[in-house]
Amino acid sequence: MADKKIIQKHPLAIRWLHWINFPVLGIMVWSGLLIYWANDVYRIGWGDTTILKFFPDSVNKALNLPYRLAEGMSFHFLFMWVFAVNGIIYFLYLLFSKEYKLIFPNKKSLKEAWLVLLHDLRIKKGLPPQKKYNAAQRIAYTGVIFLGFFMLLTGIAIYKPVQFYWLCNLLGGYEWARAEHFIITLLFCLFFLVHIIQVLLAGWNNFRGMVTGFEIKKDTSTKDAAQQNN
Amino acid sequence: MTDLKEELVSTKLIRRKTILSFAFFCLFFIACFLGWRWLHKQPLQNNTPLVLRNALNTNESVFNSLFSNQKLSKPYPISKAETTVRVNGTAGLTNNFDATTWKLQLVKNSGDTIFISLDDLKQLPKTEVVFDFKCIEGWSQVTYWGGVKFSDFAAKYGLVNETGLLYTGLHTPDNEYYVGIDNKSMLHPQTILCYEMNGKPLPNNQGYPLRLIIPVKYGVKHLKRIGTIFFSNVRPPDYWFERGYDYYCGL
Repeated sequence: MADKKIIQKHPLAIRWLHWINFPVLGIMVWSGLLIYWANDVYRIGWGDTTILKFFPDSVNKALNLPYRLAEGMSFHFLFMWVFAVNGIIYFLYLLFSKEYKLIFPNKKSLKEAWLVLLHDLRIKKGLPPQKKYNAAQRIAYTGVIFLGFFMLLTGIAIYKPVQFYWLCNLLGGYEWARAEHFIITLLFCLFFLVHIIQVLLAGWNNFRGMVTGFEIKKDTSTKDAAQQNN
Repeated sequence: MTDLKEELVSTKLIRRKTILSFAFFCLFFIACFLGWRWLHKQPLQNNTPLVLRNALNTNESVFNSLFSNQKLSKPYPISKAETTVRVNGTAGLTNNFDATTWKLQLVKNSGDTIFISLDDLKQLPKTEVVFDFKCIEGWSQVTYWGGVKFSDFAAKYGLVNETGLLYTGLHTPDNEYYVGIDNKSMLHPQTILCYEMNGKPLPNNQGYPLRLIIPVKYGVKHLKRIGTIFFSNVRPPDYWFERGYDYYCGL
């Protein structure tokens, strides 16, 4: 009775790389905003109509962004190495540990992700069977790896647009590369927001999994799982 | 392999593993916090915390070793050049400047100073550059410039020993603005001592009579109104470097 079934969910390497990324990405976004402020031209709108300015003065003020370009650059150009190396190690680890099979989407993922979405929005009950991640997670986590990759590419393109002129051209030129870098940042922030909400909803067992590596299997499912394993 | 491993373990072990993992988890974030504080308590070197300054300098040596004169800032046709060229800084452009007596002062290693007039410079072959001028603030503009390629200038005035040193320093006539630039970048084929913009003499606010155009650098290095040029193996003083920016500013 004192024994419980645990599932080994996240390998040690994944957990470290995940949590290192958290403060590093925070510093990168923050220092990126300090840099962006010096030429804050992006907005949503058309002609003279602006629906949303990136960013409104109140945001700039609240985050204390103005006149810190030099500081932003010096932080950005140190921590970019940590972000890049951490991301590359993560990607290589996924490949060599075969962990990628649990993350990259498969043939069924698109259809299943739709079911997961309906379930999460409380429209439909029941979830398709899953391994480590459900289909929506597979797509989101693989997507964020792509984002990281493009973050790196667009970053290199605007950091050294002459030395990496071919990359800069490939991304549509200097100004486009800068805009792409910015849009990817917004997408990263959006991912972060949804991720946090989902983690809060998923509860303690799931969160602990990212720290300890294991999740405790619920008593009710123990029997089913035992049968399935036959 | 891809199935998740399951184990039957005692609650005691679960508790112990959980406490241990969370202890490391907390230690990690405490370490992050202390690291952050440590970074901010660094002594300032040219207005940047020492560790960050060292990182910028390390980046400089990485990218300086990758630097190639073969790689050009993308050339544009003249028709793409802006007619309204942005003016972003006036440091070094004092009003009491007398253009009629201006001569470029070239300080050679021997200690000799050569005085060069604009007409002397115009005797040299003219090089035109149309490129996407990039400001460190993040904006850019396709602009059209004409002048003397610095490498032609160096050949004409016998600056072999001088350009063999690591840096070139430039000052405005009033010494209010000054930059230092590595000589690899100075000898880049698109680097020009520029006396024309859009086919006409430079306007005053663009540094009449002579400015630097160096497409492999951010705009801060494109010093307007050159007074003095000198050479050194140690970094010449640099206006924005002293205000916390990267010395290299290479693109």
